[in-house]
Amino acid sequence: MAKNPFELTWKEIPLGFVQTDYMSCLKNHTGSWRSERPLWDESHCIQCGVCYLFCPEACIVQDEKGYFHANLDYCKGCGVCAQECWTGCISLKPEE
Amino acid sequence: MAKRKGIESSIALADSVAMCRVDAISAYPITPQTHIVEHLSEWVNDGELDAEFLPVESEHSAMSAACGMSAVGARTFTATSSQGLALMHEILFLTPSLRLPVVMAVANRALAGPISIWNDHSDIMAERDIGWVQIFAENGQECFDLTPLCFKVAEDKRVHLPMILNFDGFIVSHMIEPIEYWTQEQFDHYLPPFEPQIRLDTRAPSVMGAVGVPEIYYEAKMAQHNALLDSKAVVVEALESLEKEIGRKYNIVESYRADDADVVMVLLGSLVETCMTAVDNLREKGLKVGIVRPRLWRPFPKEEFIAALGNIPVLGICDRSFTFGAAHHPVASEIKSALYDSEKRPIICEYMIGIGGRDIRVQEFEQMFMQLLEVKTTGKALPIQYVGVRS
Repeated sequence: MAKNPFELTWKEIPLGFVQTDYMSCLKNHTGSWRSERPLWDESHCIQCGVCYLFCPEACIVQDEKGYFHANLDYCKGCGVCAQECWTGCISLKPEE
Repeated sequence: MAKRKGIESSIALADSVAMCRVDAISAYPITPQTHIVEHLSEWVNDGELDAEFLPVESEHSAMSAACGMSAVGARTFTATSSQGLALMHEILFLTPSLRLPVVMAVANRALAGPISIWNDHSDIMAERDIGWVQIFAENGQECFDLTPLCFKVAEDKRVHLPMILNFDGFIVSHMIEPIEYWTQEQFDHYLPPFEPQIRLDTRAPSVMGAVGVPEIYYEAKMAQHNALLDSKAVVVEALESLEKEIGRKYNIVESYRADDADVVMVLLGSLVETCMTAVDNLREKGLKVGIVRPRLWRPFPKEEFIAALGNIPVLGICDRSFTFGAAHHPVASEIKSALYDSEKRPIICEYMIGIGGRDIRVQEFEQMFMQLLEVKTTGKALPIQYVGVRS
């Protein structure tokens, strides 16, 4: 297994700090930053997709029934989806 | 002997860049650098030079574009001066941190204000800490000779850092000199094709310029710092192979009649040649004066400089730019701090000369040397001397 990048010595820094580990950003589960999580009230959701369009992390996905959910591995809990939702069906629930 | 041409230094430098088989040039014209990029752009336009010339809307863009072109593996050149260099400032730090071997010619010129197009070292001294290898050429021949050296050092696998070739605006850039041209075969023999160690390539995606969080930024900077320090040995090596190629010897620290000197002057750039004439005049009168100067400015060749000084008791240091509000101006600051750790502690007198194109003549250097000889007798250093300022 590759060394944890945070344990690299200066001698092990790749030339020019170039990152060749393609899509390595997916390993950063930024969801750990979240203090509130978005919850959809599907009884009011009109499946318009505004939340999906506005999500700055592009972490909102549509399920097979057409409803939307956040991928909590990456959702930082910014609340933009709840702010933009036309019907007000998204609420933010504090993380325990 | 190689062919000699009577030619303007800027055009010779441009010729040298072309003979280095440059792939890409991005530049914005600024006095007194203009002739270099004018000629390069003309040759590209006329099909005489097989390279990309990217005319950009500012120096900030020129350096950004140079980074991009170098990142895809092109041998990249740009040139600027004064305000142009200052406008590049933000990007200048990125080029070495991304380890992109861009070569830049800087026709040294004063910074505004008041607006000045004339020569001093304000522009480059404000960019001492950007992480580029930096060297000084004193005349047109050196501009021609050191251009391939810059590419050779910058692109060396052990270096992979950008490099600046400094030369005095107008005094050198616009001077018509007899310049000995190398042959294209000599260029090709001295400077092999660029083999980038890192390269943006869609077939093998990578990220250049990623975020460095606190857990890794420090190590990244340490790696960069050590790479710059280590480049010194490669510059020495490249100067040695340059001598083998064309027979001219350059050193990272140059001495002129300093071996038995009582006092020496330290200075950078074209004024060295004026100072040499003063040294010759005074030597004829039996006075033991000389010059020791770092040709390589970054990384600063501390050990070599101290060794070159020998046991000289009195040192004059000439600065050609202000560090406003500082204890010492840049060259003096560098050298005084280098000598602090040394067992040699010569008496040092600081001179400010040649600001914003103010002429400095042989006689003035002679007077400065006479002053230094007097200091040797009295043993007392002088306050910083602002030579020629009306007071």
